[in-house]
Amino acid sequence: MVELGVRDVSFGYGSEVVIKNVTLNAFPGKMVAIIGPNGSGKTTLLKLLANIIKPSTGKIMFDGVDIRRMDKDEITKIVSYSPQENVIPGILTVYEVVLLGRIPYLSWRISRDDLEITKNVLEELGLEIYARKYANQLSGGERQMILIAQALVREPKLLLLDEPVSNLDIRNQLEILDLIKRITRQKEITTITVLHDLNLAARYADKLVVLNRGSIYTCGEPEAVLTPDMLSSVYGVEAKINRNNRFVQIIPIRPLNRGVEALGQNF
Amino acid sequence: MQEMQEICLYRELVFRRLLFISLFLILCIVLSLLNLSIGPISIGIGEIFHTLITQGNDTAHVVIWDYRLPWTLMALLVGGALGLAGLEMQTILNNPLASSYTLGISAGAGFGAALAYILGIKVLPNVPMEFVVPINAFVFAFLTCMLIMLIGKIRGFTSETLVLGGIAISFMFQSLLALLEYYASEETLQAIVFWLFGSLTKASLFKAQVVFIVLAIVATLLMLKSWKITALRLGDEKAKSLGVNTERLRIEVLIYVSLLTSVAICFVGIIGFVGLVAPHMARMLIGEDQRFLIVGSILCGGVILSAGAITSKVIVPGAIFPIGIITSMLGVPFFMFLVIRGRKQIW
Repeated sequence: MVELGVRDVSFGYGSEVVIKNVTLNAFPGKMVAIIGPNGSGKTTLLKLLANIIKPSTGKIMFDGVDIRRMDKDEITKIVSYSPQENVIPGILTVYEVVLLGRIPYLSWRISRDDLEITKNVLEELGLEIYARKYANQLSGGERQMILIAQALVREPKLLLLDEPVSNLDIRNQLEILDLIKRITRQKEITTITVLHDLNLAARYADKLVVLNRGSIYTCGEPEAVLTPDMLSSVYGVEAKINRNNRFVQIIPIRPLNRGVEALGQNF
Repeated sequence: MQEMQEICLYRELVFRRLLFISLFLILCIVLSLLNLSIGPISIGIGEIFHTLITQGNDTAHVVIWDYRLPWTLMALLVGGALGLAGLEMQTILNNPLASSYTLGISAGAGFGAALAYILGIKVLPNVPMEFVVPINAFVFAFLTCMLIMLIGKIRGFTSETLVLGGIAISFMFQSLLALLEYYASEETLQAIVFWLFGSLTKASLFKAQVVFIVLAIVATLLMLKSWKITALRLGDEKAKSLGVNTERLRIEVLIYVSLLTSVAICFVGIIGFVGLVAPHMARMLIGEDQRFLIVGSILCGGVILSAGAITSKVIVPGAIFPIGIITSMLGVPFFMFLVIRGRKQIW
């Protein structure tokens, strides 16, 4: 179990600030979804949490310990990050791609444990039938599943997923998110995922974080966060929120005229 | 039952790889025996073994120990070194065309050799005549690698930077070499051109030992990093997410490979194509798992250069044809076949 704490973190590429004073907490067994328009800094925030890039100011803590004070291998064992990119080049079988997820544990000889865990994850995601196939010959959606398997096989305590279901069909979307949510609960993982589909975010996340131009616009439970106001000021979309069903449902109506508002913000 | 099946799948993958590695190993042994046997005087297999384990002064002993054994071992070891160096360059640069050629290391070595031949410049003083050219070539090959590292240091160790930097350096040394050649006398020009062809004729047991030691050390060091290097093939982003420090890994591997290439090239001159083709063959048959691919590429390089060495002896009876010409000539059609018929989407 790892509790994630982000304190006043900023990051920029050169003079361009991408993440501005982000502070947030995430807890074991809970799923946090980061939402926000294109270019709002969602991927950058995940990379910061994955320790792939370092914050220019502020700090990121696992269980209250600043990750700059932690050993790199230790961080790798705790965190699994699955990037959005789902190209798998090279002549690698699906089995090997997933096994590579256990890289901090692999030595010249592969232990029985590693084989066992790899097998379990493949089964859980229904990927056993692909095990012998070459990853570069599969479809985009299948590769996405394999990369999720690769992220899970390390048995992480902090799971970071960048749009894990963007290439999947509607059934696989539900299956994968169900699975991620179940594993998050069962194994008390702290899961943070970027999702574009607001309906899926509303349905699966325990907490939504709305990112806009690198800062947190608002965060909280989906019902509280997803309001017509938020959608119009962050996304520039007029939308109806339907709360009658089991799930919060967003029905976009039309893009708002950005003219006046955008001008106001840029100048 | 299920558990057994999964373990079996892994075993199956390993078995397949060991099978190809054994095949390469057998080919290496057979070709080496042929290499020892074929020549102006042909020596039978039984006599070869007898000669190798006994001492004596008869013709067979002199021919085997002074000429054919160094020649054979050099072919095997230099082939292996070039195969391994090519493999890792392709892997860290994520580029199927990377080799000591593309990075300008060959051109650097050529320039170093030319300095010795044409201007008589020695990089190290008081070196025995036999080693002036190899040491010059080694130093310049290694300098080239350091130059590429410097470019990487300034612009970041991405594959694009390193490949483009390598191409620029290659052109630089080629033009410098051309300049030296322009001013050279006919005699020295011939010597340098012959060196550039690549040849095993100057092989000796001592040189073979040097190549062997460097190859063994580098291969071991790379083996220790085999999982990280394999992860690099998933792309930088994925490798980083798996906790691999891609930049540091690139630097480390580049240093090992620089050493290996420089040592291999300096004794035999520029032998093309082995470093390019051997890793491709090995990769297609063995896959990306570096634990096996490292061994596979070494053996595959050994096979190609040994085959080339035999061909160079038989193609013109009584004379030894420069091996660099052979490997390229035989390599091109084979490589074309791979390009046209090979599996898609590897890179």
